[in-house]
Amino acid sequence: MLEINDLCVEIHGKPVLKSINITIPDGETHILFGPNGSGKTSLLMTIMGYPQYMVTKGSIRYNSRELTLLPMDERSQAGIGMFFQRPPSIKGIKLSEMTELIRSKSGVNIDTPVAVKSLHLEDLMDRDINSGFSGGEIKRSELLQLFAQKPGFLMLDEPESGVDIENMKLIGGKIRTLLERDLEKSQRSKSALIITHTGYIMDYVDADAGYTLLDGMIKCRHDAGTLFEDIKKHGFRECGECKNTI
Amino acid sequence: MQKHNIKIDEVDEVKIKRSGIDLDEAGRIGSFVVSNNHVTHVSMRQEGVEMIPIQDALAKYPEYRDKLWTLVDKDKDEYTKDAYADTQSGYFIRIKAGVKAFMPFQACFFVKQDRFKQKVHNLIIMEDNSSLHIINGCAAASYLAEGSHIGVTEMFVGKNAHLMYTMIHDWAKNVEVRPRSAIRVDEGGTYISNYIALRDTKITQMYPSAELAGTGAVAKFNTLVLAPEGSVYDLGAKVMLNAEGTRAEVLNRSISDGGTVIARGKLEGNSPKIFAHLECDGLMLKDKGLISAIPELETRFSDVNMSHEAAIGKIDEEQILYLMSRGIPKADAVSAIVSGFMDVKIFGLPPALEEEIKKSLKSLESGGL
Repeated sequence: MLEINDLCVEIHGKPVLKSINITIPDGETHILFGPNGSGKTSLLMTIMGYPQYMVTKGSIRYNSRELTLLPMDERSQAGIGMFFQRPPSIKGIKLSEMTELIRSKSGVNIDTPVAVKSLHLEDLMDRDINSGFSGGEIKRSELLQLFAQKPGFLMLDEPESGVDIENMKLIGGKIRTLLERDLEKSQRSKSALIITHTGYIMDYVDADAGYTLLDGMIKCRHDAGTLFEDIKKHGFRECGECKNTI
Repeated sequence: MQKHNIKIDEVDEVKIKRSGIDLDEAGRIGSFVVSNNHVTHVSMRQEGVEMIPIQDALAKYPEYRDKLWTLVDKDKDEYTKDAYADTQSGYFIRIKAGVKAFMPFQACFFVKQDRFKQKVHNLIIMEDNSSLHIINGCAAASYLAEGSHIGVTEMFVGKNAHLMYTMIHDWAKNVEVRPRSAIRVDEGGTYISNYIALRDTKITQMYPSAELAGTGAVAKFNTLVLAPEGSVYDLGAKVMLNAEGTRAEVLNRSISDGGTVIARGKLEGNSPKIFAHLECDGLMLKDKGLISAIPELETRFSDVNMSHEAAIGKIDEEQILYLMSRGIPKADAVSAIVSGFMDVKIFGLPPALEEEIKKSLKSLESGGL
């Protein structure tokens, strides 16, 4: 279970997250909505442990373990994972080497050739990671790495951005597998927090709850589908006045 | 102890092996070994390739005397003058027209005696349509307090001939190294230089020049250097593109681990319809040392394609964090990024040699890089 309590975060002295409270039980997928610049990515980066995000108050606990003082690699080893929207490219590190490096640390027993084939990554394995990859290729490469890491709690930053319809079907399906959404509710152990603007990912991953983040504050917690429909109809302004504010 | 084809003192084995020399000559057509000023080993198994010490060659073929000092100016600098006045050894290699060597030839220059000044002159004649890979392993004994090496090498690459010239250096803290190489490539010929140096030197300074004399001639200079603290590597290459359809590429990968690297490159487009590209990547591992990239492009023609790219700095923090987010500890992330930066695959070396270099890089990393 991921528990965020009264979390306040600054970047270069400027507050970006204000008293965030979120609890995501194991097996649940929650969605984070919000306009650009509201702090969605900041929240994900803070949970992951990016050093420019200064936690000034509050706590982030995963399976009862306090994360706020842990370096990123230890958070990752504790089960936190991130599906990046724009990961950096690295000259000289091939996707195959990266996958092997991750696997050697996570100890996950992944059948790499099978995973590579099912993600149509055969031609990318020998290329420098993310270097010249298309939108869809970046997502599939991220998925392969995450299958080698098998995080217990996964954060996805706009998994559908830059992806065509055909790729979306594949990527959505694989995310569904990664989050164990095909299992009975009681059998699921993986949890997730997803940022989406378009909502397409919700066609593949039925979310358990949704939030809106406005100006660094959680304004609303609701059923994800209903919330998305409301946002589509009224925009985010209404969220500020919503009675369900938590 | 196992007896090797090439006899050397056991204490020197590590250094010599690290410079790419195979003591059993496995995967080599032949070897030439100089220790201080003594030629200690000469062997050649490939038909159509003649390889003998330079003095013997000049006695046997007086006509080649005229070739000497035509590409390298004997008055170039004090070091070259010194090598001209007192050439101690070196090899002459001639590969006959149409002969394609099936494996590399290796030459080892070893400085063993304290304060020794090694001066060599090599002459390489590639006749038309021939093909050869030369591996030069240059090293100094680890127990050496001081020493120097000046190596003059003149290379003639004939029409449609292909010469790959790989040089691996493993000198020592107080050794000065000044190779003086020059190359002439005729029509359709290719010259590829690979230079690798990852360890101590006092100063290694070289600036080989290649003249692309015939249509379609190609020259590539690949350099991979790591400068430990106290070392100065002043490296570069000049290519004169003197004929139409010639191509030149200079690729530099420099790492400063506290030492100095000067990466020079000059491409002269002396003819229309040429292609020339220079690339320089530098990585600073600490706030100490220096990397200086000095690319130069020059032409008087409009119909040329000449470009350069240069980027120097520390490892991109975003890359480290990306790896850490996947559970890879910081130290492992840094080492993976650095070895990726030094990927020798870009050189297209024979697999066995590539393996050796990779192993060498690994041992550097485990040494706390």
